[in-house]
Amino acid sequence: MTKATNSTSKAGADTSSGSLRFYGVWLIGIVALIVLPMIFSSGGSLTSFSLIGIAIVFALSYNILLGQTGLLSFGHAVHYGLGGFAACHMMNAVVSHGWPIPLPFIPLFGGLGGLVFAVIIGWVMTKRAGTVFAMISLGIGELVASSSLILRSVFGGESGITTDRTALPKMFGWSFGPQLQVYYLIAFWLVLSAIAMYALTRTPLGRICNAVRDNPERVQFIGYDPHVVRYLAFCFAGFFAGVAGGLAAINFEIANSAYLGAIQSGFVLFSTFIGGTAYFFGPILGAILVTYLQLGLANLTSAWQLYFGIIFIGIVMFSPGGIAGLVMMHRPLVRAGTLWTVIPSYLVAVVPTLALACGVILSIETVARYSGGEPIDLFGIGFKPTSPVTWVAAVVLVIGGAFVARLSWRRIAEAWDRAATVARDRGYLA
Amino acid sequence: MLELVVISTLNGVLFGMLLFLLSSGLTVIFSMMGVLNFAHASFYMLGAFFGFQLTKWIGFWPALVLAPLLVGAIGMAVERYGLRNTHKHGHVAELLLTFGLAFAIEEIVSMIWGKSPLDYRVPALLDFPAFTIFSTNYPAYKIFMLAVSVIIFVALLIVLKRTRVGLIVQAALTHPHMVGHLGHNVGRVFMAVFGVGSALAGLAGVIAGPALVTQSDMAASLGPILFVVIVFGGLGSLPGAFIASLVIGLVQTFAVALDGSLASAFGPLDPSAGPSVLTDIWNVTIAQVAPIVPYVLLVIILIVRPMGLMGTRES
Repeated sequence: MTKATNSTSKAGADTSSGSLRFYGVWLIGIVALIVLPMIFSSGGSLTSFSLIGIAIVFALSYNILLGQTGLLSFGHAVHYGLGGFAACHMMNAVVSHGWPIPLPFIPLFGGLGGLVFAVIIGWVMTKRAGTVFAMISLGIGELVASSSLILRSVFGGESGITTDRTALPKMFGWSFGPQLQVYYLIAFWLVLSAIAMYALTRTPLGRICNAVRDNPERVQFIGYDPHVVRYLAFCFAGFFAGVAGGLAAINFEIANSAYLGAIQSGFVLFSTFIGGTAYFFGPILGAILVTYLQLGLANLTSAWQLYFGIIFIGIVMFSPGGIAGLVMMHRPLVRAGTLWTVIPSYLVAVVPTLALACGVILSIETVARYSGGEPIDLFGIGFKPTSPVTWVAAVVLVIGGAFVARLSWRRIAEAWDRAATVARDRGYLA
Repeated sequence: MLELVVISTLNGVLFGMLLFLLSSGLTVIFSMMGVLNFAHASFYMLGAFFGFQLTKWIGFWPALVLAPLLVGAIGMAVERYGLRNTHKHGHVAELLLTFGLAFAIEEIVSMIWGKSPLDYRVPALLDFPAFTIFSTNYPAYKIFMLAVSVIIFVALLIVLKRTRVGLIVQAALTHPHMVGHLGHNVGRVFMAVFGVGSALAGLAGVIAGPALVTQSDMAASLGPILFVVIVFGGLGSLPGAFIASLVIGLVQTFAVALDGSLASAFGPLDPSAGPSVLTDIWNVTIAQVAPIVPYVLLVIILIVRPMGLMGTRES
């Protein structure tokens, strides 16, 4: 893990071409954010981009805990939700008191909302790491989610707190009524938070966080208190989660108890882990993928959450580095020029793996649609969930696909090992 | 008032014993493998749904035996093919695997049985009032639940403390390598313990299903309380889990039964004060607070005694 981040830092600092590439990546990202809505200008895609932007900030903030400090939290949505509520209340207060605070500053107050709660509760929570922290975060998450339904005046009960983003003072003549303007607001905060969070990983604090993750005992020996380090990381994560919550409040013009709940916490855990926790860009990938799937799959199937669960289990079992880990695994091979030896075995594996995936999809959809009887449309082929032909096809695809896929995966592993050995001999793999 | 106290105590002990059926398995699995099984409450839910389905097909009594066995088999498969392969990636990966499983199981259950509560009835044989106390009929089924939990508790105690199997399990808890060197298959012991723990959770599900609600969100609502119980009792401590189960069970049952609020005790606040956090707190009834009581207890114990009630380890 640390080795990889080191190598990116080397790319950023040592050589001038490296630093050019480093800033190039960020510039490309920013340009892409500016250009995207000009290419895909429909209302639906603007909404999706906004949601993805919020999810990226949220997932990056979560990775301060999980990836950087090794704290597995099941209640990160608490800060997100409280940030959302803080932003909503602030917006309403600005309108009713006539304060000269324009909308683009509101996410800051969302962040403060998340930060304040992290400061208060964090000291007790971060006393211990590992499983205990995970359980406590779960308990605190439930505590806040349940309390939000009791404290109606603050959280608005079941219906939540609504607000009107256009009623705030204008900035640059923007009313932030159209989704496009909200998108640019989100994109602005996304870039700002991403740079801030990346910078955080470069600071001594970010480094000592990694040390606490890898070996808290050694950290104590060199004179740091892991508890304090965990607490600071927790506060930073809370702040940026609050920023994400504030952005969500602006986007939806509402904050309700669903923001704080276990589903939202699970969602950010899924995005971050599926994307990969070891690299800074991992959670970005994960947030894009998960949000996109969430928006796309929900229209296609009623069992879309199950697919998430399965993807997540698959990642945990077979690729704990997430998608980013899988991608970065190939870097030394690309550099050594041995990637082409692996590609044929990948191509061979595509067919049985796809067959297995189709079998799993077919089985799930058969069960999900059995009572309703709606037909299943799998890549243009229609199946009836009540017909035995479908069942046989599903079973054959799953069992046959799994059997052949395992063989092909083994071939990939062998080919990969050979390529990695060559790469190591050429000095590209430590 | 006395009626309320007696009935609530009975219900509280019952709920506590049910919690212990779950937390005992969870605790033993945790102290053995260092894995907190997030899917434990899902096994409880599977037990309830299997119980419901088997009751429909073959009747309640065979279901009472078969459903936990099925759940136990699933638990063993999870250990053998899931956790054992994930072990090399560390405890966080194992915890995440069970988290993903819990998520997937909930989705599968709601896919097959739907999201609304099932009509899982108390078996006719036990559908009569056991005794009448202060004009309240106490159902026989609840007495049956209590009896089953107590029998399992005693059986577990005897097996763990008095038999050779229990000896090996206890030894494997602390010295797995030594037990392995002595010729026992530690992997199989782990698998068996995981299976038995899951089966106990399944059994709790089968007997709790008719009395509580059998619904696809039952795991999500019970799971967090279960984790509160084992953190409260001290991670890895069986006596701690027992005490914590009873405490949480009683506290929550009493909280639900009591209908007082600060306002009812001290009179309502001046209504002209308008809606504020204070009036919210002032007017909320204890019954409304009941869902958050376990978590408040959790926070308090973490401040006062971070290792839990009977815990010895700091982490």
